[in-house]
Amino acid sequence: MDIVFQLLFQGIGIGSVYALVALGFVLIFRATNVVNFAQGEFSMVAAFLMVIFSVDLEWPYWISFILSLGGMAIYGALFNLGVYFPLRHRTYLPVIISTIGASILVSNSTLALYGPQPQVLSNLLDFPGFNIGTVYLDTQYLLIIGVTVVLVAFQYWFFEHTLLGKKLQATSQDKEMASLLGIPVATMIMVTFVYSAMIGGLAGILVAPILFVSIHMGGTIALKAFAATIIGGFGDVAGAIIGGLALGVIETFGAAYVSVPYKDGFAFLVLVAFLVFRPQGIFGERVAEKA
Amino acid sequence: MSSMIDIYRASAQRKQRGLLAYIALIAVLVYVAATTTFDGYITNILMQAVTYSVAVMGLTVVLGLCGQINLAQAAFFGLGAYAVGLGTVDYGLSYWICLGLGLAVVFGFGAFLGTSTIRLGGHYLAMVTISFQQILTLVMINWIPVTHGPDGVSRILKPSLFNTPQSYLAFCVVVLAVVGYLVWQLPSTKLGRAMRAVRDNELAAGVTGIDIQRTKVTAFAICALLGGLGGGLFAGGFSYVSPDQFSFAESIVFLTMVLLGGVASPIGAVIGTGLLILIPEWLRFLKSIPGLYLAIYGLAVILIVLFMPDGIWGFVVQRLKSLRGSLRFSAELPELTLVQTQAHADEVLVVNNLAKHFGGLKAVDDISFVVKRGSVHALIGPNGSGKTTTLNVLSGLYTPTAGAVKLDGQDITHFAPHERTAYGLGRTFQNIRLFRSMTALENVIIGVERPGNPVDHAPIALEGRARAALNFVGLGDRADELVTSFSYGHQRLIEIARALAGNPTLLLLDEPAAGLNSTEKMELRDLLKRIAAKGLTILIIDHDMTLVSEVAEHITVLNFGRRIADGDPVSVLNHPDVVTAYLGSDANAAH
Repeated sequence: MDIVFQLLFQGIGIGSVYALVALGFVLIFRATNVVNFAQGEFSMVAAFLMVIFSVDLEWPYWISFILSLGGMAIYGALFNLGVYFPLRHRTYLPVIISTIGASILVSNSTLALYGPQPQVLSNLLDFPGFNIGTVYLDTQYLLIIGVTVVLVAFQYWFFEHTLLGKKLQATSQDKEMASLLGIPVATMIMVTFVYSAMIGGLAGILVAPILFVSIHMGGTIALKAFAATIIGGFGDVAGAIIGGLALGVIETFGAAYVSVPYKDGFAFLVLVAFLVFRPQGIFGERVAEKA
Repeated sequence: MSSMIDIYRASAQRKQRGLLAYIALIAVLVYVAATTTFDGYITNILMQAVTYSVAVMGLTVVLGLCGQINLAQAAFFGLGAYAVGLGTVDYGLSYWICLGLGLAVVFGFGAFLGTSTIRLGGHYLAMVTISFQQILTLVMINWIPVTHGPDGVSRILKPSLFNTPQSYLAFCVVVLAVVGYLVWQLPSTKLGRAMRAVRDNELAAGVTGIDIQRTKVTAFAICALLGGLGGGLFAGGFSYVSPDQFSFAESIVFLTMVLLGGVASPIGAVIGTGLLILIPEWLRFLKSIPGLYLAIYGLAVILIVLFMPDGIWGFVVQRLKSLRGSLRFSAELPELTLVQTQAHADEVLVVNNLAKHFGGLKAVDDISFVVKRGSVHALIGPNGSGKTTTLNVLSGLYTPTAGAVKLDGQDITHFAPHERTAYGLGRTFQNIRLFRSMTALENVIIGVERPGNPVDHAPIALEGRARAALNFVGLGDRADELVTSFSYGHQRLIEIARALAGNPTLLLLDEPAAGLNSTEKMELRDLLKRIAAKGLTILIIDHDMTLVSEVAEHITVLNFGRRIADGDPVSVLNHPDVVTAYLGSDANAAH
């Protein structure tokens, strides 16, 4: 029984990372109606920035952390300008392809610069963990769960109770109407990309000590985050969070009880099962096109 | 003026000459491949280019023609390659049996992925194909007893018939030539047109009778099949396969190839493949730094999408087109005939107690009316009265909350849009929905091809009927122009021609006068009278009272989702409720 709690704890921890990345996915999707296939690279780039600042340059953790998030804000802005913005009037297909191109470009440029050797990033806290009963609680996992809870609460407050949040919502619901009401749509989309890059980056920095920092971490995380959004219901914020948590738990149990090498396969099996039996996800509803 | 048949014959002869030239070219290539002894390095590059080209042509079909994405082409390629590799090495089967089995497996996976995902749209397909790719790579690496794991399969045999590298290369060239020819021909076949229609405008494709779902799955399965075929040939050519040759990165390479060359044509596929196999060979030094090479691919993908969306071949074609003048078609065309097959009853459309609620909003509430055979029936009402909702329920875009719709005696309440079309429902859209990458003629041919159309479906008859339909609406001499070059009013006429060409039992016109100027409105009125004179039953929905009162014999008026009047134009338009609905009540008018 203790092993079950232990796995549950780890599953929720890793699931929180998926949920954070999925959140970034959903925000960009709602603002632009496009799935960003380079979302996972947000996490990877941030983790590498951390490696540069805190490991290579040996700067203090907190300064590195702030610089990395600042770097992600710039990266998000550049990403929007280079990959999405010029294509905003085309159909979704060119945009998808362009984000895939960006994903390949960024991960392989990193490979060219840093080589295939995975990098190690230490935990934020020196104190590794403690036991409650026989369940061992790793502080890094606790940190991830805590940050996720805080961020989700922040985001809820931000979107529901601030003017900028309302403007972002208006933009995601009807761009034409939003621009007629004087909302600068291009700026709102820019804000979305910047914010999305930052929470993706935060997830990457948090998960880096658990996974290794490698060029593959982006692709893996992105696929799972996407699976999470489908499980939860595409484009639904609450769905993305619950989907992410569920996926983390399923995967952890799958690895423990079924097979370790196929650990990454479970996410996809769950994904396919949902697509076949409940494509609208847990919370989603289907919307038909009107004539 | 020449007759339609002469012109058709001339074009058929031109096509035949083209085919002969193509065969001659391929014969020369095959001869060169079979007789020249290249050194091993060159043979390998050629072999790779040829087998990859086959797989890339799959992407031409799915991405270029049908507008769907597939990011697992390397997985399908790998399945084909492993089928040949494992089959010939571990099980001692003949090359041909292995290739056949491989194709069957690939087709099965392609069809499964397609049917489970495609109805959900492009993003899902992109992600699911990536997932499939990842799972397959995991299986190839980890299922060691069957796949040999990371070591891969070596000493794969070539078929005994083509045992030398030269003869095998020649065989692969022949396969590529045949595949290339079929892919080249595909856009002008019924299936190919359906794919293009789906890519251009899904909604209109469904309403003109195309089974969207089946068309997309077919495109996807063809793509997978060509991927598997390329892989099978590849395994024989290289005698060795391993999981890293079929990774996600390779799928991206395939994608880059088709984008670079141009998604619209198999020629683009060959150009893109050739370049992306040769360029890295010239730039081998890039491979010394891991990642750099793929990073450049990624950058190339972005740059191509941004600056050269039609690829190299698309760019060339554009230049050629601007040099060549446009062809004018002039031939005597037969008068358009409208065949009415079923004549079950006097009532063509019977709407019974139809209701459509959106949550608490009763957009359409308990509406009944009957459209009589051969009549022009109008459905009118102020904004928000439920006209468009009624129309969307009639054409199958909405499922009604209650009630039934009968077309020609058949209950069609639960039919999908394309099934209604097959049963004789034709329609036009308020906001025009033509297939924008096609000519007027091709748009109308899709109309002729509607399932259940009781006309000759031979190519010449199809084209003749489509031209006659365009002639009927007055655009016969511009049939071969792209629809985007027509004015708004003329695009509407093309839509009407597309619907007429399908011999509908009932023609639904959704606000045909919307956006037209007064001259165009008069032309439209005359056209509607000419259509009505041919005995076609028409249900017209419009705001334009002048138009409606001039053409309609029977009017049904809706307001707030309910029927408030029904009868002949004079009595309906003087009905007090109708006057109130349109002009406000007398009490208001008095002020």
